[in-house]
Amino acid sequence: MIRGTIIVATDICKACELCITACPQDCLEMSPNLNVKSYHYVQLKNDTCTGCVNCAIVCPDSAITVYRQAKSAT
Amino acid sequence: MEPVANIGGMELVYKKPHTLTEIPTHYCPGCAHGVVHKILMEVVDEMGIQEETIGVAPVGCSVFAYNYMNIDMQEAAHGRASAVATGIKRVLPNKYVFSYQGDGDLAAIGTGETIHTVNRGENIMILFINNGIYGMTGGQMAPTSLLGMKTTTSPFGREASTMGNPLKITELIAQLPGAYFVTRHAVYNTAAVRKLKKAIEVSFKYQKLNKGTCFIEVVSNCPNGWKMTPVESNQWLEKNMLPFYPLGDIKVPKS
Repeated sequence: MIRGTIIVATDICKACELCITACPQDCLEMSPNLNVKSYHYVQLKNDTCTGCVNCAIVCPDSAITVYRQAKSAT
Repeated sequence: MEPVANIGGMELVYKKPHTLTEIPTHYCPGCAHGVVHKILMEVVDEMGIQEETIGVAPVGCSVFAYNYMNIDMQEAAHGRASAVATGIKRVLPNKYVFSYQGDGDLAAIGTGETIHTVNRGENIMILFINNGIYGMTGGQMAPTSLLGMKTTTSPFGREASTMGNPLKITELIAQLPGAYFVTRHAVYNTAAVRKLKKAIEVSFKYQKLNKGTCFIEVVSNCPNGWKMTPVESNQWLEKNMLPFYPLGDIKVPKS
């Protein structure tokens, strides 16, 4: 079951990769595609995201929005 | 654009604070300024004081801070942000006033203003971003550069005999009677960011109680100026900057 997910504002991601080192589940990677500013942006590589918000807290450009499975649903 | 509250049964747990504008920042990839802006605005959001907060932007990399924070902002001359914040606070004593300054601004050209503002015990919060280099002008040596640190004006490393010792301005001003709460934080990992957020929140509360100057130093990185990747710069910060600038409270109020 997917416990959490993120949405990346790909156009403002600057490929600093700080979120990748902050992720305890190791579920982020750099996309091979480029955004409008020619940066590789970050994306989810698997479904192990728990919605812990670590990536979003260290993101200098506030590009990450985090969603988590509601407690009542589990 | 406001994110949707619910996707596929999952609820929104973290989004960009609404007091940050939609303008993408001009900072280099991995710069800690973005994190500090975001955390500061999160506190303003959570305390619900967007209308009562006035910020003073410095000269330096964060000179365009007023473009990113959706609150009342004033741009100050180089080094004079704390003096301008003093004036604003005296005219509008019920507002929350903070100055946001870098190390070239606060510890070099504005040392006099900083020391006298804290000595007078003005009821403002000073946020000091210390990355040990002049990032905006191309990586020159700053007063807070570490000994042995290579910059464009100290290509063989900083030497104490010719270039002086690094300035620990936070310890210096902690001795002044006007300083109420002096602390040092960092933003190199999640735990450190959360501690910084708590310190900013506490400072705003002290300001409401007219306690005196709150001074928060943030040990920051400069990937471009240090010639490293953002991840390497954070590791370098942890290994070299933190032993010289230890994190923690330097002056806490007597209860």
